Amino acid sequence: MSKRILSLVLVAIMLVGAIFTLSSCNGENNGDGEKKEDIKAALICLHGDSSTYDKNFIDAFKKACENKGLDEDHYTIITDIPEGTECYDKAADFADDGYDVIFADSFGHEAHMIKAAEEFEDVQFCHATGTKAHTEGLSNYQNAFASIYQGRFLAGVAAGLKLVELYGDEEGKVTDENAKIGYVGAHPYAEVVSGYTSFYLGVKSIVENVTMEVRYTGSWYDETAEKTTAEALIGAGCKLISQHADSMGAPTACENANVPNVAYNGETGKNTFVIASRIDWIPYFEYMLDCVMNGKDIADDWTGTLENGAVKITALGDAAAEGTQAKLDEVAAKLNDGTLKVFDCSTFTVDGEHLTKYLADVDDAGDFVPETNVIKTENGVTFFDESSFRSAPYFDIRIDGITEVN
Amino acid sequence: MKKEPLIRLVKRDTLSVPKVVLIYAIAIVVSLMLSALICSLFSSKNPLAFFEALFNGALGSSRRVWLLLQDSALLLGVAVALVPAFKMKFWNLGGNGQILVGCLAAISCMFYLGGKIPDPLLIFIMTVASIAAGAIWGVLPAIFKAFFGTNESLFTLMLNYIATGLVAMFITIWVKSGSGVLEPLKAGNFPKLFGNRYLLTVLVFFVLTILMFIYLKYTKHGYEISVVGDSPNTAKYIGIDVKRVIIRTMLISGALAGIVGLFLAGGIHHTISTASANNMGFTAIMATWLAAFNPLIMMGTCFFIIFISRGMVEVRGSFGFTNDSVANIVIGLVYFCVIACSFFITYRVVFRKSNTKNAEADEVKGDKKV
Repeated sequence: MSKRILSLVLVAIMLVGAIFTLSSCNGENNGDGEKKEDIKAALICLHGDSSTYDKNFIDAFKKACENKGLDEDHYTIITDIPEGTECYDKAADFADDGYDVIFADSFGHEAHMIKAAEEFEDVQFCHATGTKAHTEGLSNYQNAFASIYQGRFLAGVAAGLKLVELYGDEEGKVTDENAKIGYVGAHPYAEVVSGYTSFYLGVKSIVENVTMEVRYTGSWYDETAEKTTAEALIGAGCKLISQHADSMGAPTACENANVPNVAYNGETGKNTFVIASRIDWIPYFEYMLDCVMNGKDIADDWTGTLENGAVKITALGDAAAEGTQAKLDEVAAKLNDGTLKVFDCSTFTVDGEHLTKYLADVDDAGDFVPETNVIKTENGVTFFDESSFRSAPYFDIRIDGITEVN
Repeated sequence: MKKEPLIRLVKRDTLSVPKVVLIYAIAIVVSLMLSALICSLFSSKNPLAFFEALFNGALGSSRRVWLLLQDSALLLGVAVALVPAFKMKFWNLGGNGQILVGCLAAISCMFYLGGKIPDPLLIFIMTVASIAAGAIWGVLPAIFKAFFGTNESLFTLMLNYIATGLVAMFITIWVKSGSGVLEPLKAGNFPKLFGNRYLLTVLVFFVLTILMFIYLKYTKHGYEISVVGDSPNTAKYIGIDVKRVIIRTMLISGALAGIVGLFLAGGIHHTISTASANNMGFTAIMATWLAAFNPLIMMGTCFFIIFISRGMVEVRGSFGFTNDSVANIVIGLVYFCVIACSFFITYRVVFRKSNTKNAEADEVKGDKKV
């Protein structure tokens, strides 16, 4: 009985609070007008800043807002929003609150962002890693990604040089046994496959006989699984580890086993850290905010590159081999002028054959049926044209030299 | 002569209702004030902004009020599922798993039958499937407990992992691109009630709560559950079939958790992930305990828990916290204060006095005083 009354009192207290806040918060109506200096922007993240992936967005978002003159009252970052209806609820909530542009950072947020975009036509909804903006036909829903395969390729070059430093003979040859590397992947999905293949091809450009073992954790962020998976790879004889998963699990396992590690989305601060590739989201966020401030349309698909500053490699770690920087500068220059293609079909085989045609599921209509030929030939080079038909990767081919376990 | 311990706990006589309410209210206010201080320490905002954000986050717009009600209703649904088992002292820690299999069963129907049969029929099949799946997940540990005396806590916990594994496996089968994200399904979505997408969920779990209250308090089954919970031997002596009661109760418990899964699938997310249960199976345990296993009081405790957690989302945003650790500290602190004060409502602390007789006299007086 006593507790029943207690619960009633609690409810009463909260209702009083409701009246108080409802009356004090009337929402801000910006009115219309083309040029808006006074905009509000929101970032929705799947995890918090303990995830390297989300931290990369959070830092860039703060910096971009600062650069565009938005103070803390004009931007909000909300973390730990799951890939369910919670994302729609939060996006719609921001729209209710008068936000002008809302960005979500995780692949599974896409359907929910689209739902919000359909409901709030005057608000811009942008989404990283998604695939549907170019087919959905909504003027206020956009995708963005970067040609991170360029960065991964460069990171692969640094990894190859490290292998040569550790195990190479006088001619720089590495035995097959020592030329085995490992990769911790999140999901067996094009974004990951494209990433590890470009990394592998980077290593292969230095160590011709390299082989790679890939194991998946089935999660974008699972510190324990990432650590144990990296340990398993090291146990299976891998001499260098890289990862596409967002915790410090794999770098920690490498540090403990003194195995060099190539990271993603930022420096790990470990002694075994060689290099990391990462997407710098500042160029996109600035572009996005500019568009909203000036009442211009944001591109349906925006792809960051090495050239426009969205694809970055970090400073070299202590574990990097000597002469790495010079080599990286040389390769980056070639990638920038287009003379070197990451997915050059002459550098890899699939079931022993070089690719001449490949259909990818670019439209992602939910049927999982591929429809677009993505192999191109330019200046005598036949290559897989990644991230040009849409920003999100669609390279999902398993090439020779890479084994997927589980 | 044996020395009296320095500190000892004495069970109180029942406190008067206004006093209990007052103690809880003070505990909550104190914990929130502490929380406000902690939050302002970690940011540039002042402590008053904490209260504004907390209430604003939970109640600041009609959408937020409805979400608060919807999430409270879901948590209440899980609490209602757990409460008959807990009253029987069957420690069902498998709420998450039972929700998840219920959700998985409904999503499977939506995935395989969607578009092939009319939606009302599909929703009917989903309902049956979810209830059955939840009931199976609930009754498995009950059968083992009844016949082999296995530990139900471990058993139900392990079934959570199996449920998570099953969900991961089906997502892998269904999503051929390998992204691990199942797109929301269009078929078998629950209809809006009076144009409101939240109302159905709120109403259903409200009604289920009332029914559970009646079931536990006024039916023979409810009586049997409390006798088995208090003393299985007494139950046996007066002719209650204990095995039967355990199995029947866990069928109900699991089935109700399955219904929560059904609503997550058909009413709210239209998709599933390994995290769909949102840990409600554990959060609801606290809601039931704080409510002393009374379904009507659970309405209040669930509302309170969701109020704090939804309010804290807004606090995180407006205080610029870019992870949820400070919010978790605050939520933990509030829970701690509430649980601690429920301890002091039941017991009081008595310190050793130099003169034992005096102490005893004080004790008697003290009981009258408080």
